[in-house]
Amino acid sequence: MDYTETAVMPVKSAENQAEGINFRTWKQRLREYKGRPSSLILKLLMLFSAAVTAGVLVLLTGYILIKGIPALIEYFPGIFAWKYTSENVSMTPAVINTVIMTVLSLVMAVPVGIFAAIYLVEYAKRGSKLVKVIRITAETLSGIPSIVYGLFGYILFVITLGLSYSLISGAVTLAVMILPLIIRTTEEALLSVPDSYREGSFGLGAGRLRTVFRIVLPSAVPGILAGVILAIGRIVGESAALIFTAGTYAAVPTHLTDSARTLSVHMYALLSEGLYTGQAHASAVVLLAVVVGINLLSGFIAKKIGNKSC
Amino acid sequence: MKGVFLISACVSVIAVVTICVFLFANGVPAIAKIGPSEFLLGKSWKPLENKFGIFPMIVGSIYVTAGAIIIGVPVGIFCAVFMAKFCPQGLYKILKPAIELLAGIPSIVYGFFGLMVIVPVMQDIFGGSGKSMLTASVLLGIMILPTIIGVAESAVRAVPESYYEGSLALGATSERSVFCAMLPAAKTGIMAGVILGIGRAIGETMAVVMICGNQSVLPNSITSGVRTLTANIVLEMGYAADLHRDALIATAVVLFVFILIINTLFSIIKNNKE
Repeated sequence: MDYTETAVMPVKSAENQAEGINFRTWKQRLREYKGRPSSLILKLLMLFSAAVTAGVLVLLTGYILIKGIPALIEYFPGIFAWKYTSENVSMTPAVINTVIMTVLSLVMAVPVGIFAAIYLVEYAKRGSKLVKVIRITAETLSGIPSIVYGLFGYILFVITLGLSYSLISGAVTLAVMILPLIIRTTEEALLSVPDSYREGSFGLGAGRLRTVFRIVLPSAVPGILAGVILAIGRIVGESAALIFTAGTYAAVPTHLTDSARTLSVHMYALLSEGLYTGQAHASAVVLLAVVVGINLLSGFIAKKIGNKSC
Repeated sequence: MKGVFLISACVSVIAVVTICVFLFANGVPAIAKIGPSEFLLGKSWKPLENKFGIFPMIVGSIYVTAGAIIIGVPVGIFCAVFMAKFCPQGLYKILKPAIELLAGIPSIVYGFFGLMVIVPVMQDIFGGSGKSMLTASVLLGIMILPTIIGVAESAVRAVPESYYEGSLALGATSERSVFCAMLPAAKTGIMAGVILGIGRAIGETMAVVMICGNQSVLPNSITSGVRTLTANIVLEMGYAADLHRDALIATAVVLFVFILIINTLFSIIKNNKE
C-alpha cells in the first residue's frame, strides 16, 4: 500500500489556514480512498442511506402538499362546512372531534402519568420489587400495537360496559395508550431536576409533598410539557385504536356516549370508501400540518430546556 | 398523598392485567372451540363456512416484517452511523429534526402515501394490482427507519472514542475504524433498535391494510398480495359476529403474544447491556 498517497498533509496556503489546520480539498479527500475501495463503498452507502431517509420525508411531504393544497382550494367552502353531508364531505366535525378527544384523553392520562412518575422518582425506594413491576408493565404498554388497544377498548367499553361506539370509550383507550409516554417523559424531567433543589427545600423545613409540588414540579414543567405535546401528536395521528372504540360517525357529538370520528379516522373512512380521494388529500394536508406544528412546538420547548440548563 | 401517587403508579399494572384478562378471556375460548392446531395452522380463512385458519396471516405478518427489516435495517444503520460520526454539524441540524418528523407522521398518512405513490410504481414495474408483500415491506421499511436510526445512533455514540482513535492510529481509514471497531461494540444497542423496529412493523395496521392486498391465502411470490394479522382484524371486525368475532379477538391474542415475546427479547438485551 502506498502510504505517501494516503497520508494527507494540510496545504498551508493563506486561504486554507483561515479554514483551520484540518482543511482538506475535495481532491485530497478523494485521494484518501485510493487503494481502499471498501472504505469508499462504506462512505457512499452511508451517504446514500442518509439521502434516502431525507428523500423519503421530502417526497412524502412534497407529495401531500402538492396534491393536497389544490384539493383544499378546490373543495374550499364545502370542506370546512359546519355539518358533514355526503356532498360536502366536510372535515370540520372531525377536526372538532379530534380536539375533544385530545382534551379528554389528556385530562385522564396526564394527572395519572405525572403522579405515577412522582411516585417512581420521589417516593419509591430504589430497587423495590413494585417499581420493577411498574416499569416492566409501562414498557409492555408502550409496545402494544394500537390495534390491540382498539380491540381491548372494544371488548371492555363497547361490549362489556355497554357504552357502544362512543367518545368516552375512545378517550379512555387512548389515555391508557399514551400513559407510558407521559410517565417516561415526566420521569426524565423529574430526574433532571438537581438534587440540591430538593435538599434546599428540605433544609428550609418543607415536607416531601410541598417540595414535590412547589420546587420539583415547577422546574420540571418544560420537560413534562414536551412529553404531553408528543402525546398529543400520537392522539391526533391515531386511527386503529379508535375505529372500534369511538366509531366513525361524522358529526360533532352532544354527549360523551356519542360516536365521533377524529381526523385520522375520517381520512381512513374516506380512503376505504374510495370515492373521495380529493377530500382525503385535503385532510392529509391538515393532518400533516398539525403533526409538523406539534413537532416544531415540542422541539422548541426541548430547546428551551437545553438553554436553561446551560 | 403518597397513596394517590402509588395508586397512579399502579394504573399501568392494572391496565396491563386488564388488557391481558379481557383479550385472553375472549380469545382463548375461541381458539379452544376452533381447535388450536386448526386455528394456528389452518390454511383457509372462510368465516362464512366457519373455517378460521390464520396460518396465512401469521405467515403474511412474518414475511412483511422480514421484508421491512431487510429494507429498513441496513439503511437505518448506515444512516445512524453517518449521523453519529460523519455528519457535518450544519447538516445534522436539518437531518435530526427531519427524522423526528418522520417518526411523528401518522400511520394513516403513510398508508395514504403508499397507496397513492408506491402502489402505482409497483404496478408499473411488476404489473398486477401493485398491492403486494413487497409494497408493504417497502413502506414498513420506511416507517421503522426513525426507530432504528434513533436507537442505533445513540448506541454508536455511547461507544468510547478511544476505540475509534486506536483503530485510526493503527492505520485504518475512519470508515473502517467506525465499522470494524465501533459497530461491534455497539452491537447490542443496535440489536435493541432492530427489535423495537420489528415490534413496530408487526403491529402496524392502518398503513399496511391499504397496500398489502389483503388476500387471505398463502403468498407464492413477493409480488402477490398478503394479509397480516393486524389487517385481518381491521378488515372484518366491523361486521363480525359470534364465533367470527371471537376468532378475530383470538387473532389479536396471537399478535399480542408475538409482541410480548418481542418485548421480552428487547428487555433481555437491554438488561444484558447494563
